[in-house]
Amino acid sequence: MAFFVFRLLAWSVVGLLFWILGFILYNGIGVISWEFLSSMPEDGMTSGGIFPAIVGTLCLVAGSMAFAFPFGIMSGIYMNEYAGNGWIVKFLRIMTNNLSGIPSIVFGLFGMALFVNTLGFGDSIIAGSFTLGLLILPLIIRTTEESLRAIPDAYRIGSLALGASKIQTIRKIILPMAFPNIITGLILSIGRVSGETAPILFTVAAYFLPKLPHSVFDQVMALPYHLYVIATSGTDIEASRPIAYGTALVLIAIVLLINLLAAALRKYFGRKVKTN
Amino acid sequence: MIEGLLTLSGGLTSLVILLIIIFLFKEGAGLFQNPAVEKGYALYVHAENPVEALLPGQVKAVFDWETTNWKALGGMDEEIMPFRFDDVFSLYTEEELGVDYELLPQKLGEIIAEHQNIIAFLPEQYIPSDHIRIKKLPSENIRMADFFGGKEWMPTATPAPQFGVLPLLAGTLWVSLFAILIALPLGLGVAVYLSELAGERTRKILKPTIELLAGIPSVVYGFFGLTVLVPLVRKALDLPVGETAFTGSLILAIMALPTIVTLAEDAMRSTPKAMREASLALGATHWQTIYGVIIPYASSGITAAVVLGIGRAIGETMAALMVTGNAAVMPSSLFESVRTIPATIAAELGEAPSGGAHYQALFMLGCILFIATMVISVSAEIITKGRMNRGF
Repeated sequence: MAFFVFRLLAWSVVGLLFWILGFILYNGIGVISWEFLSSMPEDGMTSGGIFPAIVGTLCLVAGSMAFAFPFGIMSGIYMNEYAGNGWIVKFLRIMTNNLSGIPSIVFGLFGMALFVNTLGFGDSIIAGSFTLGLLILPLIIRTTEESLRAIPDAYRIGSLALGASKIQTIRKIILPMAFPNIITGLILSIGRVSGETAPILFTVAAYFLPKLPHSVFDQVMALPYHLYVIATSGTDIEASRPIAYGTALVLIAIVLLINLLAAALRKYFGRKVKTN
Repeated sequence: MIEGLLTLSGGLTSLVILLIIIFLFKEGAGLFQNPAVEKGYALYVHAENPVEALLPGQVKAVFDWETTNWKALGGMDEEIMPFRFDDVFSLYTEEELGVDYELLPQKLGEIIAEHQNIIAFLPEQYIPSDHIRIKKLPSENIRMADFFGGKEWMPTATPAPQFGVLPLLAGTLWVSLFAILIALPLGLGVAVYLSELAGERTRKILKPTIELLAGIPSVVYGFFGLTVLVPLVRKALDLPVGETAFTGSLILAIMALPTIVTLAEDAMRSTPKAMREASLALGATHWQTIYGVIIPYASSGITAAVVLGIGRAIGETMAALMVTGNAAVMPSSLFESVRTIPATIAAELGEAPSGGAHYQALFMLGCILFIATMVISVSAEIITKGRMNRGF
C-alpha cells in the first residue's frame, strides 16, 4: 500500500535515468560511425563529424589533470598529514567546501577575468584547463584527504618507529595504501571535466574551428559546447539534429564509461584489500 | 623542500577563493562607476528647462515614448521631444554638415537652442559648449538602488541601459524553488525506500544507478529538455511556447534528485538502531516508525539536502539556459519564459564588450551567485553541525 508508492517512486527515478539514456541512445546510435568520430564538421555543422570536438575535450581533460592532480593531491596530503587539527585546517576545509559549492559559471567568469584577460592567455587551451582544474580541485582535495584519513594511525606510528622519516612514511606506506581511493576520485573528476560547459564558454571553446590545435594557446572545440551550439544556435537546427544526437551520445558514453570505470576500480581494489 | 611544497598547495584553495572574490568584486563594483547613459555620450536640454537631472529609468522611459510630458519629470507642462544623434541626418544633408562634419556641432547646438522641449542624446565630442542656450544634464553614475531594485534588465538599451536585477532574481528563484518543490517529495520517497524498505541487494543496485544521474553532463540534460520536455510541456498544457519556468523546474528537479536522495538517505540511515527498535517495541508499526522517529531524527540532514539542492539549482547554467526561454521580464506565472542569473551570464558575456558597463553588470551577477552559494554552503554546514551539537 503506502510502501508500494515508495517502491514505485524509487523505480520511476531509475526509469527516468533510462528514459534519458534510452532517448539519446535510440536517436544517436544511427549517427555513430568511424566516419562521424574521425572527420571534420562540414556544411555549417549540418554534416560531417565531431573529430575536432573530441580532440578538444581530450586536450582540456589532459590540461586540467596536469594542473589539478598534483596540486589537489599535495593539498590533500598537507591537510591530513601536516596541518594538524588547528584553525588553519578548519579554515582550509571550509574554504574547500565552499569552493566546491560555487556554480561553474562563476568559475567561467573568474577564469575569463584572470587567465584570459589579466594574464593575457586569450581564449586558449591553457586558460580553459586552468579554469576546469580549479573547478575539480576541491573534489580531488577532499577525496585525497578522506582516503588518507581512512588509514589507521598504527601504520604511521609503526613506520616512524622503524626509523623512517615522515616523508618516507607518506611515500612508502600511506600513499600506496590510499592509492585506490585517490585514483577513484581522480577518475570521477575526469568525468566531471569532460562534461562541463559553462566554465569553457568564455575561456577556450570555439564555435566552429575545423582544425586541430597546434599549441596550448590555441582555441579548440569541445564536445559539451559543440552539443550546446548545434542544439540551440547552428545555421540549420533541424538539419543538424542527428549530429546533435550523435554528439550527445558520444559525450554521455565518455562520461558514463569513466564513471563505471571508477566504480569498477573501487570494487576491484576493495576486494583486494579485504583478502590481504 | 617537499614539505614546503605541500604547505604551499594547502594554501592554494584559500588563495583561489581570495582571487575569485577579488576579481569578481573588483569587476562587479566597477559597474557603479559607470555613468547611467552610454560612455562618451551625454544628454542635453534647452538651458531654460527646469529639469536638473534624470534617473536612468526616466531617461529610458522618455526615449521609449513612455513618458511624453515634461511635467511627469518635474518640468513644465510641455510635450517631450526626444532627439537622437541619428535624427540630425534626416534634418540636414551631408553637404550642409560640411567636410568631416565640421558644421555638425554648430547645427546640433542650434537644434537644441530652438526647441524648449527637446532632450537630445548626443556624443560629447560634437557639442559646442554653449552655456547660454544649452544645458548638459549631469551624468550620474549607476546607483546600487538601480541595480538591486530595478525591474528591467535591458543591458543594450540606448541611451540608458537598464541593469535591474529583479526579473533575473525572480526568474532564478521561481525556477529553483519550484524545482525543489518537485524534487523534494520524490527524492524523500526514494530515500525512505532505499534506507528503510529496500533489501540490501536492491539498494546496492539502485543507489549507484541513481548516482549515475548526477554524472550526466548538464548540457545533455539541457538537450533532453529542449528536445523532449519542451514540446511535451507545450502540448500537454496547450501553451504558445514550451520554454517556460515550469520546464526549467522539471529539468532542474531531475538534476537535483541525486543530491537530495543521497544526502537524505545518508541522514536516515544514521538513525541509531536502538531508536528504531525502541519504537517498534512500543508497538509502533513500521510506517509509524518511519514518519514518527526516523524522519524527525533525520530532519536536519534532510534540510541540509534541500538547501544544497537549492544551491545546485540556483547555480545551474546550461540546462536553465536551454529550456527556460530566456525572456528577461518579471515572471507573472510559472508557464512563462523566464531567465535565470547564470543563464544571463552565459548568454550575454560573449557579446558584452570587455570592461564596459554590461560586462561589469554580468560580473555583479556573478558576485550575487557567489554570495548566494557561499551562504547556502555555510548554512548547510551549520544545519548539519546543529544536529551533532544537540547530542543525539
